[in-house]
Amino acid sequence: MGLEILVCIKQVPHPDHFSEIRLDVGSGHIIREGVPAIINPLDRNALEEGLRVKERFSGKVTVISMGPPQAQKALEEALAMGADRGILLCDVAFAGADTLATANTLFYAVRKLGKFDLIYCGNETVDSGTAQVGPQLAELLDIPQVSGVQEVAFVDEKTLEVRRALEHGYMKVRLKLPALLCVTRGINRPRLPTVQSIMEVAQKEMIIWKAKDIGAPPESIGLKGSPTCAAGVYEHKVGRRREIMQGSTEEQVQRTVARLKELGAI
Amino acid sequence: MSNSGEIWVIGEQRRGRLEEVSLELLSKGTALSQRMGVTLSSVLLGDEVEEIARELVFHGAEKVYLLEDARLRYYQSEAYARLLSEVIKEHEPQIILIGATEIGMELAPKVAAKLRTGLTAHCIDLYVGEVDDTPHLIHVVPGWGGNLVMHIICPQRRPQVVTVKPGVLPKAVRDENKKGKIIRVKPDVRDEDFRWIETVEVVEEPPQGKSLESADVVVCGGWGMNALGDFSRVQELADILGGVVAGTRPAMDKGWVEEAWMIGQSGKTVSPGLFVSLGASGAMHYTTGFMGSKVVLAVDHNPQAPIFHVADVGIVGDLREVLPCLIAELKKDRMPRKF
Repeated sequence: MGLEILVCIKQVPHPDHFSEIRLDVGSGHIIREGVPAIINPLDRNALEEGLRVKERFSGKVTVISMGPPQAQKALEEALAMGADRGILLCDVAFAGADTLATANTLFYAVRKLGKFDLIYCGNETVDSGTAQVGPQLAELLDIPQVSGVQEVAFVDEKTLEVRRALEHGYMKVRLKLPALLCVTRGINRPRLPTVQSIMEVAQKEMIIWKAKDIGAPPESIGLKGSPTCAAGVYEHKVGRRREIMQGSTEEQVQRTVARLKELGAI
Repeated sequence: MSNSGEIWVIGEQRRGRLEEVSLELLSKGTALSQRMGVTLSSVLLGDEVEEIARELVFHGAEKVYLLEDARLRYYQSEAYARLLSEVIKEHEPQIILIGATEIGMELAPKVAAKLRTGLTAHCIDLYVGEVDDTPHLIHVVPGWGGNLVMHIICPQRRPQVVTVKPGVLPKAVRDENKKGKIIRVKPDVRDEDFRWIETVEVVEEPPQGKSLESADVVVCGGWGMNALGDFSRVQELADILGGVVAGTRPAMDKGWVEEAWMIGQSGKTVSPGLFVSLGASGAMHYTTGFMGSKVVLAVDHNPQAPIFHVADVGIVGDLREVLPCLIAELKKDRMPRKF
């Protein structure tokens, strides 16, 4: 038997290079050329969790991503970590999607793939970081979902007890499969690919689907399927004084205290 | 923008305690409702929480839809999302504001997906503005680690749902003379709401003393504190300033602060009167967490560190010298001058 496990991943710009992402003032487009792309860090935790469940109960791990052609690299890396099959949802019709349209696209792909016992997502991405696609996908699939997952325990093969983060504590949630879990960083330490597992990638299945392949109606995906849209992007101007104190340490500190008083901060 | 349809603030209570972000939403909700000429209402789910409903009124809600049931004592994923979307369908508000808390960030997308409507995550501001000569509610969100600011609109579908980052907006002022209607809605809680998913336990201890979000002074230590070996002097400085201690992600990784005290994009956002950054270089995903502070003081050894671009007052130097000196100077300053 075994479990059918799906892991949703996203290719994102490396956060250390966010300061290189610039706005083209004329066109209003975001320029991110030359910024290296990685698998969203929490999505690695999601994959690790899926792989561990597979190792424990047996089953199959599918990784799925919606993105441009180069997102296939992220899926290949996931295969190298141990996933069995990769699916890239790649079509200009998917472009400009907000979180609901993204969740819709994933929904149609999942429907085509058939039943899953467990779907894992990273709790949020480092780029837009909305944390919305996971819960929205679960809602469309009409399955239970938990965000902020820190720990998962199997009560029996159909029941989970999950610990989820709260601001100053945690909540325990019991849920039945099929379910969708959005995981946080502390849940595990994602494995690294081995030489052996990298060599196996070429033998693994990689599917690329367009909108018509998954039967997604044009009005529910991409820009058309997005209730929200960007009305403008602006550079964030921080109006700070930027006064660097001069002199010896003592002098700098004295000047700082005096200045903070003038500013009414102390 | 329409002049029909209320603005709703989803009140969040945990074990009978109102989350502070609800008061922040009420201040923004009040401003928007006055600007648009519509009613500001609130919705509250829980068990025996009428007192909290009254607090929502004292903070500006003209109506509170109150859904009470013993089984709604804790946040319950399916029950809360279903009941909330049903009460929304019945009353057709045009704007829904939800706090971007751990729970709000889960509840909002569920509700928005049930309603197949638009949702914008963790806004830092909201206002009515014109886009192509048409008034819209502008959702202001930080992008790319705070490097860019994006304006999002939801042109057609209603209601438009937004989550708002806690600690960014000012809180509504409490006034016991404010009048509002508490409307009891009998919630149709069903067994099947708990069949697939149920919250069985909530363990939460809000920290003693001041919360990070409400502190007037926040002293935040970063990786550079490594040179001092520990965090005790950060605490000492915070104590003198009457503030609280926070940390960057590297400081959390070091175990110096707990996750609840981490400043940044994936942590907390604070807007204190004084924010002190110690030994942090100023990566975007950190600095976005204190953008709204009135005054920022930064200390770091590297004069080129980007932290000094987002600081009002900067000290370039070795923390091992600067910090004791700063503590001593402030102590001296705090001493009674003469008798």
